[in-house]
Amino acid sequence: MPTVNLTVDGNQVSVPKGTTVLEAAWKAGSFVPTLCHDPELSKPGACRLCVVEIKGARNMPASCVTEAAEGMVVETASPAVVEARKTILELMLDNHPQDCLTCHQAGDCKLQDYAYFYNVKPGAFGGETKNYDIEDDNLFIVRNMNKCILCGKCLRACEEKQGRAVIDFAYRGFKTKVATAMDKHLADSVCVSCGTCVAVCPTGALTEKAMLGKARKWEVEKVRTTCPFCGVGCNFDLNVHQGKVIGVTSNAASPANGRDMCVKGRFGTDYVHSPKRLTKPLIKKNGEFVESSWDEALDLVASKLGDIKKKYGSDSIAALSSARCTNEENYVMQKFMRAGIGTNNVDHCART
Amino acid sequence: MTNSFADYLNTDLFFVIGSNPTEAHPMAGAKIMSSLLKGTKLIVADPRRIELAEKADIWLQHRPGTDIPLLNGLMHIIIKEGLQDQAFIDERTEGFEALKATVETYTPARVAEMTGVPENLLYDAARLYATTAKAMLCYTLGITEHVCGVDNVMSVANLAMLTGHLGKEGCGVNPQRGQNNVQGACDMGALPGDYPGYQKVANPEVQAKFEKAWGVKLSPKVGLMIPDMMDAAVEGKLKAMYILGEDPVMTDPDAHHIRKALNTMEFVVVQELFMSETAMLADVVLPGASFAEKDGTFSSSERRVQRVRKAIEPIADSKADWQIICEVAKRMGCNMDFAHPEQIFNEMAALTPSYGGINYERIEHTGLQWPCPTLDHPGTPVLHTKAFTRGKGLFKAIEHTPPAEMPDEEYPYLLSTGRILYHYNVTTQYSSALAAHRPEEMAMLHPADAATLGVKTGDKVKVTSRRGSVETKVDVTDKVLTGMIWMSFHYKDTKTNELTVDAFDPVSKTGEYKVAAVQIEKVM
Repeated sequence: MPTVNLTVDGNQVSVPKGTTVLEAAWKAGSFVPTLCHDPELSKPGACRLCVVEIKGARNMPASCVTEAAEGMVVETASPAVVEARKTILELMLDNHPQDCLTCHQAGDCKLQDYAYFYNVKPGAFGGETKNYDIEDDNLFIVRNMNKCILCGKCLRACEEKQGRAVIDFAYRGFKTKVATAMDKHLADSVCVSCGTCVAVCPTGALTEKAMLGKARKWEVEKVRTTCPFCGVGCNFDLNVHQGKVIGVTSNAASPANGRDMCVKGRFGTDYVHSPKRLTKPLIKKNGEFVESSWDEALDLVASKLGDIKKKYGSDSIAALSSARCTNEENYVMQKFMRAGIGTNNVDHCART
Repeated sequence: MTNSFADYLNTDLFFVIGSNPTEAHPMAGAKIMSSLLKGTKLIVADPRRIELAEKADIWLQHRPGTDIPLLNGLMHIIIKEGLQDQAFIDERTEGFEALKATVETYTPARVAEMTGVPENLLYDAARLYATTAKAMLCYTLGITEHVCGVDNVMSVANLAMLTGHLGKEGCGVNPQRGQNNVQGACDMGALPGDYPGYQKVANPEVQAKFEKAWGVKLSPKVGLMIPDMMDAAVEGKLKAMYILGEDPVMTDPDAHHIRKALNTMEFVVVQELFMSETAMLADVVLPGASFAEKDGTFSSSERRVQRVRKAIEPIADSKADWQIICEVAKRMGCNMDFAHPEQIFNEMAALTPSYGGINYERIEHTGLQWPCPTLDHPGTPVLHTKAFTRGKGLFKAIEHTPPAEMPDEEYPYLLSTGRILYHYNVTTQYSSALAAHRPEEMAMLHPADAATLGVKTGDKVKVTSRRGSVETKVDVTDKVLTGMIWMSFHYKDTKTNELTVDAFDPVSKTGEYKVAAVQIEKVM
């Protein structure tokens, strides 16, 4: 593949032809902030935060949509670039709720991070602010369009990753907002609540309803695992706080699904903490279940199975193993039946 | 699956038959939906106007239970028009002449009559699938859950072999597995005729290998499959059952028969997360742990072995299921002293050639797709690239088998069943958000039938088959054919499998969940 050579902040870098200036700058080790850019989505060049100076160019181009060319000389942190970025951030902050103290996204918010890094404070422009009602009438996602910076990642992810295009930009100018058809609530739209929009949102505009108020972002321990529902084998991160699973966030490194998930995987694992979970071994006595100790229950199972085996033979016992349990559990179940009981009567619901 | 999910983004045509991926396998569905935006073509064969049918270039709305005539009809056209991949057929397959002779009789006119699909669409679909270089066949339970499920699968394979759409990127025969670890449970030998890795219990060499590894005498007698177990229980031959994380009363066909089987046995132990319909019939219920509370692995549809990681301690006094089984085994004198699932995995991998090169360290980040026989093997994203498992791919000449029970005067409606987006077979009913979002069954009924019955969306009907009767609300929609009702099996209050037929494929013993005859009446 042909390569091009360019200079970024004084560093030489070689990249394949077709690489953007943004990617070349990152490869050269430079910091370039982005809000609308996403490596898996199309590139609108919308937020302009990634502007850079290119020697000889008549303006400061958005590096995410500018192709690196041979001999380019790029500055990613010149005074003009920093001033431009600060102005963009000031404009955003003056039209953004100043509620980082209680915002669920705090600690994992790109707008917050960049405002901190560039020491940008609200109040530079003042002026009108958005004043939308918070939409929380569906069971899965809370939409606070006051916090939306119009990066458009959500609508691109909805269309390009999920193939649905439930949302798009509506209205014009200052009134521009991300909306469903006819600007209805998600609950009244064709949205299937996969939450991919939430996964890509850089601010607190889109949040997982069930996780609100449960833990700050920095308190959450993330444990990557494999989904317990269908057979696609999506990976995601269980969000754990104080010994409880409080929700799920996606993990871009997941081989089958990346950050994309469905409503069950993203919002359905709360069954783990259902109050209806069985908590103690139960033994049926006179037609009623009675709680027992593990020893009593295990001894009973072993002695009953032992007696039946002795009386009627190994093939009088069978096991249904489980397509929801792990490989290891299925292995021990079939081993127990074959080596312990002495029968091949072990099956599972692959056929039912 | 012969191919991988990554390959979904690398094909030029999907042919989806008997599968509703945007609901039952949503991330597979999302890959198909997003591919369409890039111009990837789509053929859907389904009696219902599922979401993908609405997006399809060609939708073949065949009647339930007519997959074989449909597929034979497509092959008839392909052969008549010389669109088959003769080089692939000559080099990689055998039995072509027999197939040709059989499909000869499935003329477009006859197939249109049998399936309800217009002739012109049969031609369009046959030509498009045969002439697209990278074409991927996807199916699921709409193919397998019939009395002719195995023949349906063979017919799908016939079509792929006929056109050379196998053993290549962006092609293949891709059954998406229904449950998170149904692939793994099969791989692990939770099957009556197979040790782990599909090593046959009836093979003396295999038996000797496992006897040596486990230090006990083993039985060469193939065990019972689930439907046979239930029959044996009712007949009094099977006395005890250990049920791990399954709810056959809810999910197996003909719930009445299953209940009778469980009630007849002397001893039933159920290991579960919740007090399921099955657990209620048990003598002992043991509280297992959910996927979030234990370490281990699942194997997905694409044969990818991936880690399950313990995030929290088992809830209350529950225990990881592997620990419980090992405890029972130990008490019965069977030495199963494992300290951690990784030890179990390593013992299994040492005995299972297709998993031989897999260990926890290697699957830490992205998993591995079996077969992966050695530690330096990279795994296998595409199967059958050079040869099939038996060497040459064998065409099976297959004739149509009608469903076991079709609508008649007494039971005039056809019941078909499946899964909806918002629920899984088990557990989602205990998710507060999912349960609140879709709290009850909404059976799909055609507007013409709704008018006859005098019902509208939200009204209740009583659905009765020769096995049983349930009540359900209806969703009046032209997404189903007239004369048909479609129900899910997710709800305790509408136990759909009270209705389904106790007829099974003779080889796989898979139940015919997709076709049963019922009557419907309005509940006042």
